[in-house]
Amino acid sequence: MNPVVYLDNNATTRVDPAVFEAMRPFFVERYGNPSSMHAFGGSVAADLRRARESVARLIGASPEEIVFTSGGTESNNTAVHAAIEAFPGRRHLVTSRVEHPAVKNVYERLARKGYRVTFVPVDGRGRLDRDVLLGQLGPDTALVSLMWANNETGVIFPVEEIAPLVRSRGILFHTDAVQAVGKIPVDVERAGVDFLSLSGHKIHGPKGVGVLYVRRGTSFAPLIVGGHQERGRRAGTENTAAIVGLGRAAELAREELASGAYDRVRLLRDRLEQGIRERIPNVLVNGDPAARLPNTLNVSFEYVEGEAILLMLNEHGICASSGSACTSGSLEPSHVLRAMGVPFTAAHGSIRFSLSRFTTAQEIDRVLEVLPPIIARLRELSPFWKKEAPACSREFQPV
Amino acid sequence: MWEYSDKVKDHFLHPRNVGVIENADGVGEVGSIACGDALTFYFKLDEQGRIREAKFQTFGCASAIASSSALTEMVIGKTLDEAARITNEDIANYLGGLPKEKMHCSVMGREALEKAIACYRGEAGRQVEGEIVCECFGVTDREIERVARENGLRTIADVTDYTKAGGGCGKCHERIQAILDRVLGAAPQAPERPKRLTTLEKIKRIEQCIEREINPTLKQDAGRLELVDVEGDRVLVRLGGSCAGCVKSHVTLKHYVETRLREVVSPELTVEEVQG
Repeated sequence: MNPVVYLDNNATTRVDPAVFEAMRPFFVERYGNPSSMHAFGGSVAADLRRARESVARLIGASPEEIVFTSGGTESNNTAVHAAIEAFPGRRHLVTSRVEHPAVKNVYERLARKGYRVTFVPVDGRGRLDRDVLLGQLGPDTALVSLMWANNETGVIFPVEEIAPLVRSRGILFHTDAVQAVGKIPVDVERAGVDFLSLSGHKIHGPKGVGVLYVRRGTSFAPLIVGGHQERGRRAGTENTAAIVGLGRAAELAREELASGAYDRVRLLRDRLEQGIRERIPNVLVNGDPAARLPNTLNVSFEYVEGEAILLMLNEHGICASSGSACTSGSLEPSHVLRAMGVPFTAAHGSIRFSLSRFTTAQEIDRVLEVLPPIIARLRELSPFWKKEAPACSREFQPV
Repeated sequence: MWEYSDKVKDHFLHPRNVGVIENADGVGEVGSIACGDALTFYFKLDEQGRIREAKFQTFGCASAIASSSALTEMVIGKTLDEAARITNEDIANYLGGLPKEKMHCSVMGREALEKAIACYRGEAGRQVEGEIVCECFGVTDREIERVARENGLRTIADVTDYTKAGGGCGKCHERIQAILDRVLGAAPQAPERPKRLTTLEKIKRIEQCIEREINPTLKQDAGRLELVDVEGDRVLVRLGGSCAGCVKSHVTLKHYVETRLREVVSPELTVEEVQG
């Protein structure tokens, strides 16, 4: 059995062993309810407070602006819900065409319920036209949701530039920062956003926990009602172990960012990208190389299909993901790549490698050793390879 | 992650009969790069009219590659009539089953095989393709109806799993439902039992088919066919004109004459040549 080479960190990450250690006491020993009157339970509230402070510090917020949720998806749903409740008379919402399904599908449902939703397009590199977005805003607009960084391509949207322009028009601004937090500096004060979503398991914390940042003074209505937890902003007994784990993960993320861990990740990513370009013809890198997460490489191998590549990589213990139709159970390739106008010859053969601070140079070299024969083999199988692509290696450039 | 059978994995990781046959007797191309999968299937016959060699090239996911590879293994050694009876379900069964969402890969295999046989028989241009229902994946009403009937499909989601139709923008869902309603509405009625023909009726119909259809076709190659006798379901014929002594006459007899007579008269018929 091959050792696992895990390059799917935009899907989920390894829980840092230090995070796991921090969580451990909260299952069998300190399992009390933080709302209880007795010290056994009540003392856990202090651990939650520390976790809240750690998360707040990571994104430049105040602790009381942090609402713990069950994850990024709940945070996104809550933000959109709060915004439309804040402006019951407004019927227009704005987002981008490349959002994660946890935002995209929330807006699509609202569109079916009669809201007017504008999905702002992106260009061939996945970049958003700021002026096109601003041109859509009007007195009827309640909320703009823009992801900070794209999960598939790693493309970073200029949230810090756009959010203040949106807010100055009296419109709420939400960002899904699930992929950005921990990988690049994210500061809610500097960006001036009203709502920000983040997730525990994308930053080496546990699954099932996330945060919605709600700017102080922003109108808020809870999505989940019940008990008084999270100061009435999110009901339900706190997931104490996971929240403590997220707190520890946030501390580590802050330290790692400050110590330049992601500069090292960037070098490894670039080594992978360069190595692929040198060894394999007809490849196309998807996403703006000038504004991209340091850990993400989305690359298309023309004339072959992504699921087949992934399963062959899997035989070597290498974990990645694909924007191909076949991997998702849907029949069309990734909506992100389609929105970017990536040609069909390439969209079906897209592979996302996403690294983490645990990735090693040996792992990258292992991929560079295994991948070229896989692509060559699948191209040999493909009826399109020789027909449209003569032996010469054409150089592809993103539009 | 999809749950693929060991056989699917084996055919995906070690596909059989990959490649191109330069002077193939039949070639069938289906799918497109835009749709996410495509298959080109080739076969070559031996003197007895059996498939001696079959090859494929596939662009697609693991189950598409495995279905194509399985298809080539399944058809080698078969006559075209035998091969033509392979259904998409046979391909899936050969592989130990496919995930439901991947059944369209087996349908793609069956379609490529059919196209290749039609190509050999010179029928390619005569096929009526039907009207496009799903514009995203270019699927026609006839294809949907046929796959729905053959596989007992009941819902739009089933149709999408088997043909991809309806899996894109979703605008065609109403039309797919209408096709399903038609197929399902027709299904409960017992299929009409073919009436048993008397020998006399059989002879009459065979004669008619030979005179009106078969001989005019054979005449193009200066050949002709004569009915000698009918014994039960055995149709005894004599080949004349340029067909007599032609090495391909056996193929003509089995692939064209027999197929046609089975369609028109009775599916049990076999055609045999009487010498002299």
